[in-house]
Amino acid sequence: MDLTTILQQLVNGISLGSLYGLVAIGYTMVYGVIRLINFAHGDIMMVGMYFAVTGIVAMFLPWWAAFLLSMVATALLGVLVDRLAYKPLRNASRISALITAIGVSFFLENLFLVVFGGVPKAFPVPSVFGGVINVNGVIFPNIAIITPIIAIAFLLILLFILHKTKYGMAMRALSFDMETVRIMGVNVDMIISIVFAIGSFLAAVGGIFWAMRYPAINPLIGIMPGLKAFAAAVLGGIGSVMGAAVGGFVIGLSEILIVALFPPLAGYKDAFAFLFLIFVLLFKPTGIMGEDLERGRF
Amino acid sequence: MKRFLNILAVALVSFMFMATSSYSKEVKVGVVLPMTGLVAAFGQSAWKGIELAQSMEPTAKDGTKIHLTLLDNKGTKVGTANAVSKLISSNHVKTLIGAITSSDTMAGAPIAERHHIPMISSSATNPLVTKGTKYISRACFIDPFQGAVAAKYVYNNLHKKTATVMIERDQDYSVGLAHAFIKAFKKLGGKVVSVAFFQSTDQDYSAQISTIKAKNPEVIYMPSYYQEIALFCRQARQYGLNQPVLAGDGAEADALIKIGGKAVNGVTFTTHFDPHAAATPLTTKFVNLYNKKYKQNPDAMAALGADAYFIVLNAVSKAGGYKATPKKINYYIRHTKNFKGVTGVININPKTGNAIKSAVIRKVVNGKFVYVTTVNP
Repeated sequence: MDLTTILQQLVNGISLGSLYGLVAIGYTMVYGVIRLINFAHGDIMMVGMYFAVTGIVAMFLPWWAAFLLSMVATALLGVLVDRLAYKPLRNASRISALITAIGVSFFLENLFLVVFGGVPKAFPVPSVFGGVINVNGVIFPNIAIITPIIAIAFLLILLFILHKTKYGMAMRALSFDMETVRIMGVNVDMIISIVFAIGSFLAAVGGIFWAMRYPAINPLIGIMPGLKAFAAAVLGGIGSVMGAAVGGFVIGLSEILIVALFPPLAGYKDAFAFLFLIFVLLFKPTGIMGEDLERGRF
Repeated sequence: MKRFLNILAVALVSFMFMATSSYSKEVKVGVVLPMTGLVAAFGQSAWKGIELAQSMEPTAKDGTKIHLTLLDNKGTKVGTANAVSKLISSNHVKTLIGAITSSDTMAGAPIAERHHIPMISSSATNPLVTKGTKYISRACFIDPFQGAVAAKYVYNNLHKKTATVMIERDQDYSVGLAHAFIKAFKKLGGKVVSVAFFQSTDQDYSAQISTIKAKNPEVIYMPSYYQEIALFCRQARQYGLNQPVLAGDGAEADALIKIGGKAVNGVTFTTHFDPHAAATPLTTKFVNLYNKKYKQNPDAMAALGADAYFIVLNAVSKAGGYKATPKKINYYIRHTKNFKGVTGVININPKTGNAIKSAVIRKVVNGKFVYVTTVNP
């Protein structure tokens, strides 16, 4: 393998990893605050993709307006899902909430199957994101440069919200003890709604970037990215926003490197992502940047 | 009193039995297709073809109605096994049509075989689908033939001597067709410079593309399905991998062009049928009616779906209409001889259940499927 190919594979890995990371930070955010593994996250991502397509194809919006509309609409959907499905179970056992999340996931998938049909739809990629830059034979697709930037930008915004704002403080407090925070006079339901809004907004961002990279979308498309993001979040230490981003990079890079270095194993690359997950759970259950129970989360 | 109830029950049951046998002259046929999921475009096309075929000829010779029950297998193996079980045990179908892909059909076939219910797949081309079975047949050719047709076309017509093969590891169709191609291509004197693997759920091919680029083959043979091929071509062209891409019948769906856009121009594939190269009078009739009903040309999946229906209908007629037993229907499906179907003249080998028929080569030119040539077996 020559140098150009090796560099190319690294570029491929970093760009795929940043995409996983982008999806994973939304995933981990919800878990960090209310301790709910939101299995519907991948499907909310799918909803974001369909909203964006509808905006561009059916409502003839310019792409940026359609993307923005989709992100806001998906955030509202996230709040709605929380209010209808998760809020009644706030004090129930964690497993009930988890099963509900799986139920929400199936509901969204099948609702979109009924509405949009099962045939994959093409995602209209704006030309800004379509081109490539060629540096001495190493190809950088525009989308592969923009995705890490977006991922890092949202990561910083998220860290800012969590650590420098009053709402962020409430979220962090909430993750320790919901009841005490309620007694302190914080509107817990509103804070949780904000968490879901942010998480779903990020899912839509992730979904749109996913769809621009792989412009074929169908109602079941969220399943695999959802699982990969989950693996990334656990690998990084579930509940840690920074960890999720790191976990995403690790999984993306290792997937590409497995295919590049061991081509016959390419058919099993998903298995490796999940094998990683199993090993992390066995040896370091709290993940790479896992929570230190004494010092707090995020 | 109890005795009276027993008698009443027996009387009722026998009355119902008589009612079903004498009043409703119909044969139940189960249809298992991927109406959703990755290969949904195939299932939906096939179903359009089957529905149109049924509206063209709804009854067998003695007036027996064919009653179709459609179940969605979501393009999965588990879904197919469940659908086949349900159709046999709850719906009591006498014959099954389905599924589309080889892997799915192979997941459902053992269940049909065990219950002695004939099952005919419209488009599962992997040789293993019917191997060693008595009740499984198909309306299409098999992959050793399809792979050889592709290899000859690459070597003799395109004059390309080196190829890379992209194999979808978890699809029997892809693995089988790839090996058929490799075998035939090597026999002709061609060289396979590299083999790359991926899996159904993959959307990212950047790692494979970078490796293929370094190997620099003259053509890329990718026996896979339309979505994978479309995404692969988009990424390949982006990364400057511009060699011609060839594929099998799995490439043919409008979604290939919708998703692939300009990147799939030039993609050439072997398939079963072309609406502009009418093979029989039934082809012309079917294409015209299809255009009237759906405002588009039928693709291979629609035509093969219709053929599967016509083969079953023909077998039911010969097997005695509504009195036909699954065993008898199976006998006549497997003894289909010189049947002038939509996709051409169909002969099914009674021993193997495989259809012997010609292949068509089509190509994407400016966002449209264009007929290239027909290759006879």
